[in-house]
Amino acid sequence: MALIDLANPSRFLSLAERVLPWLIGITIIAFAIGLQQTAGAPDDYQQGATVKIMFIHVPSAWLGMFGWTLMSIAAFGTLVWRHPLADVTAKAAAPIGAAFTFLCLVTGSLWGRPMWGTYWVWDARLTSVLILFLMYLGVIALWRTVDDPSRAARAAAVLTLVGAINLPIIKFSVDWWNTLHQPASVIRLGGSTIDATILIPLLVMAGAFTLLFVTLLIAAMRNEILRRRVRTLMLMQAQAAPGSAS
Amino acid sequence: MNLGAHADFIIAAYAVAVLVIAALIGWVVLDHRAQKRHLARLEASGVARRSDRTVARTA
Repeated sequence: MALIDLANPSRFLSLAERVLPWLIGITIIAFAIGLQQTAGAPDDYQQGATVKIMFIHVPSAWLGMFGWTLMSIAAFGTLVWRHPLADVTAKAAAPIGAAFTFLCLVTGSLWGRPMWGTYWVWDARLTSVLILFLMYLGVIALWRTVDDPSRAARAAAVLTLVGAINLPIIKFSVDWWNTLHQPASVIRLGGSTIDATILIPLLVMAGAFTLLFVTLLIAAMRNEILRRRVRTLMLMQAQAAPGSAS
Repeated sequence: MNLGAHADFIIAAYAVAVLVIAALIGWVVLDHRAQKRHLARLEASGVARRSDRTVARTA
């Protein structure tokens, strides 16, 4: 099957039905390995056992940004190529990205209290991630406000592309401004500064979280395609009803 | 596994993660069931998309 064939929603549904059971199985295995490695990871010499929060905080942060990046690519698909599945992808990704961004904020707060002495500080990294979460809520609200999916898709695509300006701000906020949040320690020039005994469990957990994101995204896209079919059928039923305008 | 003096914060962080992931899974599963139920009800009432009617005629 060529990649272009997936542009057909019916083909996508058929593929999703075949792929989802495998993805669910691989995700469960990845989490089992990741959690086992997390439990066995040593404490940090400065932060003690609280470093275990990093194994959920960092993947959540990455996926919060990944979700918006995916929505931005989909926004291009909607506005430029009018790809049939582009706005389905964008709409399905928004609640998942919002949930991971929320998880990033809450776990970061719970990590910050014992390490920084505060749950929250208005520094550039924390504030820009909070803005990302609020933008997710804005896009979700926009999708729910406009009844026609194609009109909602175009409006949401514009908002998503404008919001993409926040992604480099989040990434480089710790370099551009003086922040309480630590600078990048995994993805940075010169390599990771984290010891392999902690880095490997982190990468395994990041892989498990990414598999979960992809699984949920495909399932949510399937639901969105079905929702649009329901909408089409309901419109047809309304038009066929006696006394309708058509 | 000894979680040290800040065990409450670590446990709370993992508990929130479990809750958020469970909520996401629940949303996807319940939404799928709801859409399938809507589709079944509409199809039972005789409404069908043109592509579905074509498939039914050629089968």
